Amino acid sequence: MFAFTVKRIAQGILVMLIISFIGFGIKHNFGDPVRELVGERVTPEERAQIREKLGLNDPFMVQYVRFLKNAVQGDLGRSFFFKKPVTEVIAAKAPATLELVFCASLIVVGLSIPLGIYAAIHPKKLFSRLIMGGSIIGVSMPVFLTAILLIYIFSVELGWLPSFGRGETVTVFGFWDSGLLTKEGLRHLIMPSIALSSIMLPLFIRLIRSEMMEVLESEYVKYAWAKGIKPRRVWYVHAFKNTLLPVITVGGVQLGIMVAFTILTETVFQWQGMGSMFIESVTRADTALMVSYIVVVGAIFVVVNTIVDIIYGLVNPVVRVTGRK
Amino acid sequence: MVTTWNRIKNSDFIYHFLRDPVACVSFMILLVLVVSSFAAPIIAPHDPYNPATIDIMDSELPPAWNAEGTAKFLLGTDDMGRDLLSTMLYGMRISIIIGLGAVALQAFLGIVIGLLSGYIKRLDTILMRIADVQLSFSTYMIAIFIGAIFQMMFGVANYEQIAAPLLILIIGLAEWPQYARTVRASVLAEKKKEYVEAARVIGLSNIRIMWRHILPNTLSPVLVISTVQVANAIMSEAALSFLGLGMPMTKPSLGSLITAGFEYIFSGSWWITILPGILLVLLILVINLLGDWVRDYLNPKLYKG
Repeated sequence: MFAFTVKRIAQGILVMLIISFIGFGIKHNFGDPVRELVGERVTPEERAQIREKLGLNDPFMVQYVRFLKNAVQGDLGRSFFFKKPVTEVIAAKAPATLELVFCASLIVVGLSIPLGIYAAIHPKKLFSRLIMGGSIIGVSMPVFLTAILLIYIFSVELGWLPSFGRGETVTVFGFWDSGLLTKEGLRHLIMPSIALSSIMLPLFIRLIRSEMMEVLESEYVKYAWAKGIKPRRVWYVHAFKNTLLPVITVGGVQLGIMVAFTILTETVFQWQGMGSMFIESVTRADTALMVSYIVVVGAIFVVVNTIVDIIYGLVNPVVRVTGRK
Repeated sequence: MVTTWNRIKNSDFIYHFLRDPVACVSFMILLVLVVSSFAAPIIAPHDPYNPATIDIMDSELPPAWNAEGTAKFLLGTDDMGRDLLSTMLYGMRISIIIGLGAVALQAFLGIVIGLLSGYIKRLDTILMRIADVQLSFSTYMIAIFIGAIFQMMFGVANYEQIAAPLLILIIGLAEWPQYARTVRASVLAEKKKEYVEAARVIGLSNIRIMWRHILPNTLSPVLVISTVQVANAIMSEAALSFLGLGMPMTKPSLGSLITAGFEYIFSGSWWITILPGILLVLLILVINLLGDWVRDYLNPKLYKG
């Protein structure tokens, strides 16, 4: 197990190195650190001086190593637009995104488990067919369109919910701007989190249903029926337990992937999080900010995947053994 | 000719197809959508690419069944005064072309990489690691990143000019791992079979064995994922266009039409966004339904996951 863990972590570090290399490549070719520091109004001579001072005329690899050294110490450069270190900008925007992902995950987990189990236990009933039919429509619906429809129905036509922004936020722990603690903040959270969860919910329902149906066919469940155990116990205790394993592993990765969809949801709802910040940085050609978003999100993915893999290795020894060969 | 037709008519495939109403209806709808989008220059009532026929005074007219609508514009007009029905048909054509093109590129990359990594052990680890990493990042994310990088490389104006081939490239580069994994898995299974050994004993070259012997036997799972991949590619294109990394407003795809109309739903002009949205969902939905059917028909085992 120890060897497996070390191997997975080493792989994660390797992936991070590759991401940082690509990120640095972009920055090196398209970014202009002089502009990030002093803006546009500087004479060419001064520019050349600053370039020399910053070491921008050094060979590529030398600069890359310097970039890595700074990155490890938490310095990813300065944002041209915000006139601040990018890590500060990202840290200020991250709570919004994380709260959104958190609420959406709650919706996904809370709804997909009962619906998936129901659809697996009674595959022929009308309600199950409705669930499955709804889930294929859900899969076919782009997340930004769901968001737009929600806005049209609940903000424009009915006027019940606010259509953009985070509403009132409260600062907790000194740095975390939370929308979870005020009534307005929660009202603003409803539609974005529903929109964000709409992409994962159908996938989870289908996954839980197919896993559960497979488990229900297995020998030990048949044995449980033969023993005359009550249906409820067979379903919720015997079968459901073994459904959870694949769901947790696939689910962990999928919840990480939700970060990708925040880009779309945040753009629709003008949610002041990392996703909309990324798209804005692209349109403003704010290279440093864009690259550091890629690096930060890359790090989130790598960490989530590594943890999920290690947990999977812990609970399912087969993975560990095949991984070793 | 007649015998081929009879063979097709009496085949298992058609028999099962005709007995499944969902598949039949989806296929009909898809056929209507594809034909009408490719016939857009003929059947569309207006030409959205010709600025001479567009009058800005006609902008934001509601659909014809509405009191303020006119019969001239059946589904109303968009913010620039273009007939929405015609623009949607042209837009759907762009979406479908990009979807098919991107899938062709994905399939090509994926098949080549999948074959190589299934057949040559030394390449396997590295290629599949790359595929794993890319998959764990979600294809959307990769597509958005590549799109952003391309936009920075080319500048916004140039990017818009060559947006269609670029989008094919972006989505193709982002989604090949799906194919590579599928092909690799079946190559690994096929490699152990006797006909491959026989071919090797005869002394055929590795390349010939790969292309002429193994590849044809791996194609059925490739077909299975292709349908769903087209739907995914169309969705990715719409998402990229929505973020401003896709088709420009002068040549809108369904995704960019939705974006353009988004600002106007607050002033009550819902049709500019909602109608292309419905069309997009319908298109993706029927492709997905057909994909599900093909998957069940060709390989019941693949149903899971």
